[in-house]
Amino acid sequence: MQLLRAIFSHSSGRIGGAIVGLYIIIAILGLLGITPHDPLMQFRVDRLHAPDATYWMGTDLFGRDVASRLMLGISQSFIVAFASVALAAVAGIVLGLAAAWFGGWWDGTIMRFMDVLLAFPAILLALLIIAIVGPGTWTSVMAIAIVYTPIFTRVVRGPALSLKTRDFVDAARTFGSSRNYILTRHLMLNLVAPLTVQVTLALAWGLLTEAGLSFLGLGTQPPASSLGLMLADSRNLMEMAPWLLIFPGIAIMIGILGFNLLGDALRDILDPKTRRSVA
Amino acid sequence: MNYLARRLMTFPLVMLGVSILVFVSIRLVPGDAITAMLGTEAGLLTPDQRAALEAYFGIDQGWFTQYWRWLAGAVQGDLGVSVTFGKPVLDVILERFPLTLELALLSMVIALAIGLPAGIFAATRNEKPSDLAVRIFAMIGQSTPNFVFALLAIYVLSVGFGVLPAMGEFTPFLENPLRNLGQMILPALTLGFAFAAAVTRISRSAMLDILSDDYIRTARAKGVPARKVIWRHALPNALIPVVTLSGVEFGYLLGGAVIVEQIFALPGLGRMVLDAILQRDYALVQGSVLFIALNFMIVNLLVDLAYAVLDPRIRLGGK
Amino acid sequence: MTSLLSVSNLRVGFGRKPEDNEIVHGVNFDLAAGETLAIVGESGSGKSVTALSINRLVDFGGGRIIDGSIRFRREDGSTLDLAAAGEQELTKIRGGEIGMIFQEPMTSLNPVLTIGEQIEESFRLHRGLTGRQAREAAKDALDRVRIPDAARRLKYCPHQLSGGMLQRVMIATALSCNPRLLIADEPTTALDVTVQAQIMALLAELKRETGMGMIFITHDIGLVAGIADKVMVMQNGEAVEQGPLDAVLDAPQHPYTKHLLSAVPHFEAGRATRTDYRRADEPSAAPALKVEGLTVRFPVTGGLLRRQTGAVHAVDGVDFDLMPGETLGIVGESGSGKSTTARAILGLVEPTRGTFSANTNGAARQSSKPVQMVFQNPYASLNPRLRVDSILAEPVIAAGGGLNGETQARMRMLLDRVGLPENALQRYPHEFSGGQRQRLCIARALMLNPSVVVLDEAVSALDVSVQAKVLELLVDLQREFGLAYLFVSHDMAVVERIAHRIAVVYAGQIVEIGDAASVLSDPKHAYTKRLISAVPSVDRRKETFEVDTRQVPSLVRPLGFEPEPANWQSFGSDHMARAEA
Repeated sequence: MQLLRAIFSHSSGRIGGAIVGLYIIIAILGLLGITPHDPLMQFRVDRLHAPDATYWMGTDLFGRDVASRLMLGISQSFIVAFASVALAAVAGIVLGLAAAWFGGWWDGTIMRFMDVLLAFPAILLALLIIAIVGPGTWTSVMAIAIVYTPIFTRVVRGPALSLKTRDFVDAARTFGSSRNYILTRHLMLNLVAPLTVQVTLALAWGLLTEAGLSFLGLGTQPPASSLGLMLADSRNLMEMAPWLLIFPGIAIMIGILGFNLLGDALRDILDPKTRRSVA
Repeated sequence: MNYLARRLMTFPLVMLGVSILVFVSIRLVPGDAITAMLGTEAGLLTPDQRAALEAYFGIDQGWFTQYWRWLAGAVQGDLGVSVTFGKPVLDVILERFPLTLELALLSMVIALAIGLPAGIFAATRNEKPSDLAVRIFAMIGQSTPNFVFALLAIYVLSVGFGVLPAMGEFTPFLENPLRNLGQMILPALTLGFAFAAAVTRISRSAMLDILSDDYIRTARAKGVPARKVIWRHALPNALIPVVTLSGVEFGYLLGGAVIVEQIFALPGLGRMVLDAILQRDYALVQGSVLFIALNFMIVNLLVDLAYAVLDPRIRLGGK
Repeated sequence: MTSLLSVSNLRVGFGRKPEDNEIVHGVNFDLAAGETLAIVGESGSGKSVTALSINRLVDFGGGRIIDGSIRFRREDGSTLDLAAAGEQELTKIRGGEIGMIFQEPMTSLNPVLTIGEQIEESFRLHRGLTGRQAREAAKDALDRVRIPDAARRLKYCPHQLSGGMLQRVMIATALSCNPRLLIADEPTTALDVTVQAQIMALLAELKRETGMGMIFITHDIGLVAGIADKVMVMQNGEAVEQGPLDAVLDAPQHPYTKHLLSAVPHFEAGRATRTDYRRADEPSAAPALKVEGLTVRFPVTGGLLRRQTGAVHAVDGVDFDLMPGETLGIVGESGSGKSTTARAILGLVEPTRGTFSANTNGAARQSSKPVQMVFQNPYASLNPRLRVDSILAEPVIAAGGGLNGETQARMRMLLDRVGLPENALQRYPHEFSGGQRQRLCIARALMLNPSVVVLDEAVSALDVSVQAKVLELLVDLQREFGLAYLFVSHDMAVVERIAHRIAVVYAGQIVEIGDAASVLSDPKHAYTKRLISAVPSVDRRKETFEVDTRQVPSLVRPLGFEPEPANWQSFGSDHMARAEA
């Protein structure tokens, strides 16, 4: 509650929070099928119909309602982004904590492996994974999760290493506190703040990558809807039906913007040390 | 130079990891190369012909032997033969690389030319309207996927101005620099826009942090004029995170910009790798991924060198 | 005579609406040429803000002068109101006519520029020197602050020099253009006491040489006795008292000044030690803690393969014992190994050699951990995300206990003993001040009913008047629970107040140990003498400290090196010193 209040008294947090909240509502409505029209229904007489009162954002080449498909696409993108970030965060926490806590050989091995993953450009790594498993929603989830795992590992390892040398951890050692107690109460509890920030920013990045993969035809497969897919379809029709390009394009931008703004606000609120490092 | 020497030592280790990872993962791709290459005609091959083809492409051996042969070759610059192009992999890569390099360089120049001054300017106007404007620009830049930027740019140019970006046959820079730049400018701007946003953000925040450091106060107490405080005392320190970010971004751009190359029909490394993966061109995928990772690590090494130049604590070793 | 600087009704505020957030409320003072004014106060008193307002550096920290004037007589005899001056004029005055040095020499020099470049810059800016001339001038400036081998040091970067050296470089820079006013903002607080004495000596000498005026800001009223002509005491943004040095120190008028002079620990060379315990009077009971031959070495590696080439002998053969109810003060400067000794006893550092045994002191003790510790920084030693009840319960849970009624009762009892309200249990650490947090740390250390408490610089991070109260609390608790204290500190005045016995450590070894009054009043070892003579005190008026540029020897030894066994000389029943080579 306190956090929500802090977000709403922060100027970019207010905007970011509102956008993210709106998108989550849209995503849920899309999932529940509460859309202006059936997103799969092809209104053949109204193909490439310009936006009006019936079709708020027009129709596509097959006469499907763009607004409805956009809602479905947003829920699709959100599922992929949330699932992949959750996976990456869990993997990153486990690996990062292990590297920081055990140090030495563990640290070396884990971090070298992360270096190997980081040596691939993100899209390339995702492409490789998709080539192995075949394109699809859950492949995208896995690919994005693997790409983001090294980043979470670093985000956890750095602060964990510095927390490990803090006086309250030393104090815990002098009492003989157990490893689990130290890891959960002293390390994890203090990692919540940086992780919250990172999760929010990762969600922005997850949305972006999901859209990119779908745009290349390697993510969500038709006839399911996805923002990236809609943009890819708009390419050859943009002069004739610009609404096919403009609405999904703006929708992606604003969605990512929302998470970025929220992430920056959270960083301001939760981590006073980096207060000013927000652009 | 102990620091750099240690960095150099992890280099082969990571390269080895990269090579194993890419070798194993490409072999996990379902289907086989011969079928992928010949399509349904593969069914017409006699077992002997098939075996001969497999032997030619070196895929008749066990994984370990294949890997060993490939690695031994790679060290000598022989990355094998591409099934789809029927040419040595290295030749295929080197044909595509100049374009990718040019694109990456152009984007970085754009990003630094816009981002660095914008970030420094914003930091010195902290919380004033001009700072806010720069921050909004950076935020939008960071939140715009490059394919959205590219498509919107094409749309605005073609509908608004009736100009179509010069697609068609790609012209190398050395052949016709003007025509080449005409083709490259929009892709470079697309990549440079997000890159510039990132540079702006990081240079602004680094600058702000440093402007509140003790030694800046010392410089002011000495009577150093405001402009000199920024350029002589703060900037060299602020450059360190900017160099890191630019290095990583540039390193990734050298791996090809798959989506942008796709949109602007540019024959760069990114699209080549995408096609190679889809075609199961083992040798080409392995070779190009190794090449890309190597580039990335070389760039990172250069970044470390730059640190040593910028920061005497690294150059001379800590206490 | 017109004064060099005349500040009247200075009011400074911060933030968007400086009037609503006023930090300095109408300060007045005058400074004649060649005179030294000391501004004394605790954190938050507005002393630094006042100083930064004079050369208007306060503007860059978000501050604004709301009211008042700062009249400064310039070199040409004209008078300028700095409070109203423009940035261009101020740039000429800063460094040219008003020099300034700061508290943290380690962070106050630009890490990417050489020492030479940073000193030369002043000459370039204010004297218009270039090239060779500027370099020559920089070298002369370094010579002036007695830095040996100045020509070579010019090419060094800040991280290659020690804190004391860097502070001299700062002084060289600040004085390069012969300013008529030097503002020194706690210039020795971050330094060791012997280095502090060197810097103070240097400042006094340079002041005599140049005849400049000086404003010296400090929290340590003892320190100003040696250098100031006038003293101004600040509290909560107001100057509560000012006057000539002797008048303020000998006949303080304001209660706060009296408090600073009486309640705050000042070093009295062994005359203020405790008298509630004497080792000789006690029957020879079993010691609460006995340490024998404690040795801690950290490997030094070199080369690409990181082969061990030597070892840092952080602690080398330390022996002592500690009786129930007794306090042993371990004093030494940074790098002496005093904290490593404490950490080794708590098992936070693996000792290379040596044994220690702690006596659980009878069956009444419930703990399997008879030794507990209180750390220096109360802000870092409490987990900010845990509530106070969880924090206090942690040692009990670690020892296999639970959060039962007995534990709850003990928490409440200890909170009461350390002077905190019972509802503190439901609060988080950030809701407490530094002194209160340190009380929490003490309560936590007592949860398991230990027989020995190791206090590692336990009051060093606190404001001086809070220090005194925490020391009192420690003494009370010691009596009530029969605790033995191992009190590690760099601050001689504090140690004098709490220790029964004192061990002086230098370069990883105890060089002198014995009864506190005896060691402090009649030191035998050369290092102890040097240490004690460097401690400032209210009684040492206008005394010049000797400039002593000796450096602590390197503790890095080649592989397999073993120190000579100690050769102890006895002085009286409980006082020994290591014989010197």
